[in-house]
Amino acid sequence: MDVAGALGSRVSVRARPVGPSAVLVDVAGPGEALALAAWVRDRSLPVVEVVPAAATVLLDGVDPAAVLPALAAWEPTAEAPTGGLVEVSVTYDGEDLDAVADAWGTTVAEVVERHAALTFVSAFCGFAPGFAYLAGLPDELSVPRLDSPRPRVPAGSVALAGTWCGVYPTASPGGWRIIGRTDVGLWDTRREPPALLPPGTRVRFVPA
Amino acid sequence: MRLHVLAAGHLTTVQDRGRPGWAHLGVPRAGALDAPAADLANRLVGNPADAAVLETTLGGLAVRASADCWVAVTGAEGPVLVDGRPRGHARAERLPAGALLELGTPRRGVRSYLAVAGGIAVEPVLGSRSTDTLAWVGPPRVEAGAVLPVGLPPGPPAALDTPRPGRPGPLRLHPGPRADWFAGDPVAAMCHAAYTVEEASNRVGLRLAGPPLERVRSGELPSEGMVLGAVQVPPSGRPVVFLADHPVTGGYPVVAVVDAGDLWRCAQLRPGDEVRFSLARPAAAAAPTR
Repeated sequence: MDVAGALGSRVSVRARPVGPSAVLVDVAGPGEALALAAWVRDRSLPVVEVVPAAATVLLDGVDPAAVLPALAAWEPTAEAPTGGLVEVSVTYDGEDLDAVADAWGTTVAEVVERHAALTFVSAFCGFAPGFAYLAGLPDELSVPRLDSPRPRVPAGSVALAGTWCGVYPTASPGGWRIIGRTDVGLWDTRREPPALLPPGTRVRFVPA
Repeated sequence: MRLHVLAAGHLTTVQDRGRPGWAHLGVPRAGALDAPAADLANRLVGNPADAAVLETTLGGLAVRASADCWVAVTGAEGPVLVDGRPRGHARAERLPAGALLELGTPRRGVRSYLAVAGGIAVEPVLGSRSTDTLAWVGPPRVEAGAVLPVGLPPGPPAALDTPRPGRPGPLRLHPGPRADWFAGDPVAAMCHAAYTVEEASNRVGLRLAGPPLERVRSGELPSEGMVLGAVQVPPSGRPVVFLADHPVTGGYPVVAVVDAGDLWRCAQLRPGDEVRFSLARPAAAAAPTR
């Protein structure tokens, strides 16, 4: 539904109902999702969960009739908020380094250099507590997933899939291409916030 | 006071009302799957609504308390024994210190709740004592040999309470965000079909076998946030109803959402049970929940 017309706003927000108490708002990409999630939190709109993702923001635990008009005031911006910068020390010895080098048409040494030169942004968390989808890999460096996931990827594995980079907070099955490992704690429920890389955090990888 | 666990059956976990508000960090909400049953058990022993209880799956739980206490068992109905003598379901019962409380296999339903006056007082994690079985956030699953702390009883147990009426009939569906990924009117198609609960169902989701929904869009849906009760349809076309421990994001289209008032029924459906759906009336959705 287009909620802009109701308030005569110039901005059009497209939102899909998700049952009676949630809406899924379409956005142009992860940067816009982050911006909208921050905007909703800043306004203290009555909402239980704000879940930014790749191309949507889920607002759960809301009265759609109340929240949709409020959203009309949002002006879409692709500019991601600049959160804190976290440096993650990596030992680049992942078992998929060669495959990534092949995909990029370069050498393993060059893969490490390029990866460590990028600044990523945590776009959203999902899959596991503290697992952040890190955006920042350019399209031409997109990496295919494994055809069949590994049954166990060790905690601390630094891996790539598509244009995403991620660090496994705990050991789990996984189909991403592993390029290295880190000892940094990604998830600690006694820490505030418990995730090291909550959405909006900027991330750089530093060769150990 | 402490509760000594002698047997835990298939799966016993500590549950309260869950930990909503952490989905953006990847944390499932968790919480009692049959929330009205857990609420009733707490009311019966005089606990506040947010006290933690034990959720046990298909019976098999056996405990001893270190001091006299009030207990109540609700949810899936089966034998409740104290030192081998039958006790009532869904009523406050006195459990003497050292006596053995056993929950037998329920005649129907899946999940039973044991409330103890004072509540299970394990350390909360991110504001909740619920165990999430997807990522194991929260206290560890309850195993034989566990010793669980119990809080101070808040007051006398309720003299009486009204068990909820059963609600036979179909589960009510609201339209979901990605119905347009399927041929025709997929919600109507679900309302005309009969489904069967699959063995692989758990606290994460109720898995259903039935006529597959036909997708009209190929390709992948970028991961997006998921709600409690979402009916997600993987490439097999067989729907999964997301329950309390569901992943916070998912990449399969959500065709519909089960009405919040029917989620407790999903918690009590057994493998092989038949499931039917009907379209929820928008008016019903606006009615206040209990």
